[in-house]
Amino acid sequence: MALIFDLGAQTAQMILVLSLAPLLLGFTRKVKARLLRRRGPPVFQPYRDLLRLMRKDVVLADNASWLFRSAPYLIFAATWVAASLVPTFATGLMFSWSADLIVITALLGSARFFLALAGMDVGTSFGGIGSSRETMFASLAEPAMITIVFVVALIAGSTQLSEIAFHMLSHIELRVSYGLALIGLVIVAIAENGRIPVDNPATHLELTMVHEAMVLEYSGRHLAVIELAAALKLLLYVSLIACIFAPWGLAPHGPDLRAMGFGAVAYLAKLTIGGFLLALFEISTAKMRVFRVPDFLGAALMLGLLGTLLLFVSRSL
Amino acid sequence: MPLTVTLWSIVALLGAGALAIALARSVGASRVVYGLCFGLSLILFVAAVVPRSAVALTTSFPLGLPWIGVHFRLDVLSAFFLAIVNLGGAAASLYAIGYGAHEKHPSRILPFFPVFLAGMNLVLLADDAFAFLVAWEFMSLSSWALVMAHHHDAENRRAGFVYLLMASFGTLALLMAFGLLAGSVGGYSFADIREAAHAPPWRSGLVLALVLLGAGSKAGLVPLHIWLPLAHPAAPSHVSALMSGVMTKVAIYGFIRIVFDLLGPPEFWWCMPPLALGAITAMLGILSATIQSDLKKLLAYSTIENIGIIFVALGLALAFKSNGMALPAALAFTAALFHVFNHSLFKSLLFFGAGAVLNATGERDIERLGGLIHSMPRTAFFFLGACVAISALPPLNGFVSEWLVFQAVLLSPSLPQWSLKLLVPAVGVALALSAALCAGCFVRAFGIAFLGRARSIAAENARETDVWSLVAMSGLLALCLLAGLIPSYLIDTITPAAKVLVGGHVPTQGGIPWLSIVPIGESRSSYNGLLVFLFIVFSACLAAWIVHAFGSNVSRRGPAWDCGYVDPTPAAQYTGSSFAQPIRRTLGNVAFVARDHLDMPAPGDTRPARFGVEIHDRVWDGIYTPILRAVDFCADQLDRTHFLTIQGYLGLVFATLVALLLVIAIWP
Repeated sequence: MALIFDLGAQTAQMILVLSLAPLLLGFTRKVKARLLRRRGPPVFQPYRDLLRLMRKDVVLADNASWLFRSAPYLIFAATWVAASLVPTFATGLMFSWSADLIVITALLGSARFFLALAGMDVGTSFGGIGSSRETMFASLAEPAMITIVFVVALIAGSTQLSEIAFHMLSHIELRVSYGLALIGLVIVAIAENGRIPVDNPATHLELTMVHEAMVLEYSGRHLAVIELAAALKLLLYVSLIACIFAPWGLAPHGPDLRAMGFGAVAYLAKLTIGGFLLALFEISTAKMRVFRVPDFLGAALMLGLLGTLLLFVSRSL
Repeated sequence: MPLTVTLWSIVALLGAGALAIALARSVGASRVVYGLCFGLSLILFVAAVVPRSAVALTTSFPLGLPWIGVHFRLDVLSAFFLAIVNLGGAAASLYAIGYGAHEKHPSRILPFFPVFLAGMNLVLLADDAFAFLVAWEFMSLSSWALVMAHHHDAENRRAGFVYLLMASFGTLALLMAFGLLAGSVGGYSFADIREAAHAPPWRSGLVLALVLLGAGSKAGLVPLHIWLPLAHPAAPSHVSALMSGVMTKVAIYGFIRIVFDLLGPPEFWWCMPPLALGAITAMLGILSATIQSDLKKLLAYSTIENIGIIFVALGLALAFKSNGMALPAALAFTAALFHVFNHSLFKSLLFFGAGAVLNATGERDIERLGGLIHSMPRTAFFFLGACVAISALPPLNGFVSEWLVFQAVLLSPSLPQWSLKLLVPAVGVALALSAALCAGCFVRAFGIAFLGRARSIAAENARETDVWSLVAMSGLLALCLLAGLIPSYLIDTITPAAKVLVGGHVPTQGGIPWLSIVPIGESRSSYNGLLVFLFIVFSACLAAWIVHAFGSNVSRRGPAWDCGYVDPTPAAQYTGSSFAQPIRRTLGNVAFVARDHLDMPAPGDTRPARFGVEIHDRVWDGIYTPILRAVDFCADQLDRTHFLTIQGYLGLVFATLVALLLVIAIWP
């Protein structure tokens, strides 16, 4: 019975993240449009886009290889698994111990690895430019993420997200390194999701795009799967920030339906706030030049390093 | 029994070398010799992994120096490294059965290949300084002969010369290290050296420095790494695989043997040079790899990076061990050995892939490759697998060792020394940076060489490689997957060595449900590669099925879209150097003083515009050029002594005699 419940909770989490991801995207777009005094597309537009893309035929470039055709599913799978390992409404789910925060970071790295390869498969110059820039961003964003993981893990004494959330709930305290990690994580999240000021998800101006350039050759169901993976990644980062820095409402481990329901409501509230803040941030800045991005990400890396150093040093005080 | 089998197999390997000389002219010689090497390596591998008691087996022979003899010993550490060496040896021999058939002058390679294998095995078995150094030199010289196999090329001759210099320098450093270890009266057998441990700090420091020079120059520690990117491209690919994947591990063994075993209980400051040098090595190695366009040079630099990671893990193990923290020390040590094993697998595989490409196209330059995924689909698949593994992406094996190293870094705030508190976080960031850069580097390597459109006629007409090579590559990839999915078994294999060398061990992983690994405690961290893998496979299949069943499943082919631009020539694709440009510009300007030059003619001038990249090797410019200049200067000065009169020469002899007599008179 307990096993069935655990399995059910884990499946619910997987379905929840998958079904909410386009909604978060649609919500963010809507808020952004309203803030710019536009009406904007309906909140559910991303679902319609995905369904429409899914029904369309795929047009493959003449020299696209098997890698190009299988990469979307690999990217989607790695992102989905990573997203369903982040506690959303409850901690201590059945498979949460199979991967910790470092694994989640690395799973996103796997997804990016295949996306960058897929961008180079057809052999167009736009695909190459996208992959090359994505690689540059990743080479700073990933270590920044790892230093943030260091900070969080050193505070909580664990790299398991469930344990971290539990620790944050039970030891509410203000720490300098905590704040540094939060700023760093937000910067990484913005860069990893290709949001303004790093990349503009709405643009198709060739010289500025990164993510869109890599997926330029994709169409139909492949594009739908990749877009869904991108939406999942955004959801993942919002959930991650919520889980580490605002773990209130997370249901503890165990078959407690009421706590889980409460957790789900709290999660929805957190997503709403997260989406709103993202939209607000995006309309208040402009996109930066590509070669300014390393400075931006370098700041996240330095913040993470500073936080880690503070924790190393303060351990003995 | 295993020791006897091992020694006889090594003798048989030497015999195979002799046989190769005899068979040199016959047609099937390479198959016979490589087949023999394959069989003997397998026997040696089995002898190393066969379960036996933890007690070391020893034997000695009255060979070599009369008052020392030659001692051999098979303990848990040498057994672990023997398994790695012979696994790599077996894979390389199998690969060479197919690859060696293309060799124009097999007699330049065949006799040395088995001898090289035997030399590496002997280093691992040696139990006294004399046997160790002889075996080490055996290994160096046979590999040097293999590097010089294609000596008609001037570049290869230079590579061989640099390698020979660095190898002799390394052996000299080790010789002096053993001299210091043995002291003025001590014996040269390892048992005597262990007895006499507790050297004063100046002596242990000196030994540490000499070992870092000796083993580090063989392994490729910065700044002693300069021979790797020269020698690895020069050697035939199966030999590069052995040198890069396996011989560097023998050097790591030498470091572990001396520093962890023979040098006695560690002081805390011992860990600083390996940590700092390891971090610098990892960063510089992967940055250099990212800007290379020669595929084998790129792989050589990536080896340097991995050696850096291993040294960092060993440094952490030393730090923990010196502070009496047994469990973290065991964790860091386990991570180091795990990475040693992993790297031997995927680096051999990558060199095999590079060799297959070289055979099919005659090209090592990725700027002239492209589109090979269509003409060499299997090689491309195996190469891709190795790229994923080396980029430390789950669920393959490279990630597990990286994860273990990070777990060890996370335990280090409890180290009491302030210097370490400042050093370790910086080292951790360097590791994270190099891991991320590594993924980018291999996206570039695979993407430019195998994806896109062919950039030369040779690449367009490439053919899939032979069956033997494919079998060797598939075997290595399967092992990479297995080590990534079920790491618990490998960790348990390393545990006995950790017990002996750092005095602690991580909890036994074999009995943990679902085959997860929990290196420290349940609440601290755990990882289950198998489950993550199954999850990914399941989700990918589910997604594919749903999309195909409920969406569209029609695919059409058409010309590439590329935003509507017509792009008729493959030369318009992104190249390797354009791919590396952002990294060259952001990180390379510090590491290599990289500068882009644009020479734009004035309006009306009809000459073409030129774009150039200027890159400086800071290690070469900063260290080796001054040394070379100093050597030249001394040689010039000494040159005068070639033209003395007879009286002058006699005077020199007399002066030397007096000086020596003075030394003897003053010596206490």
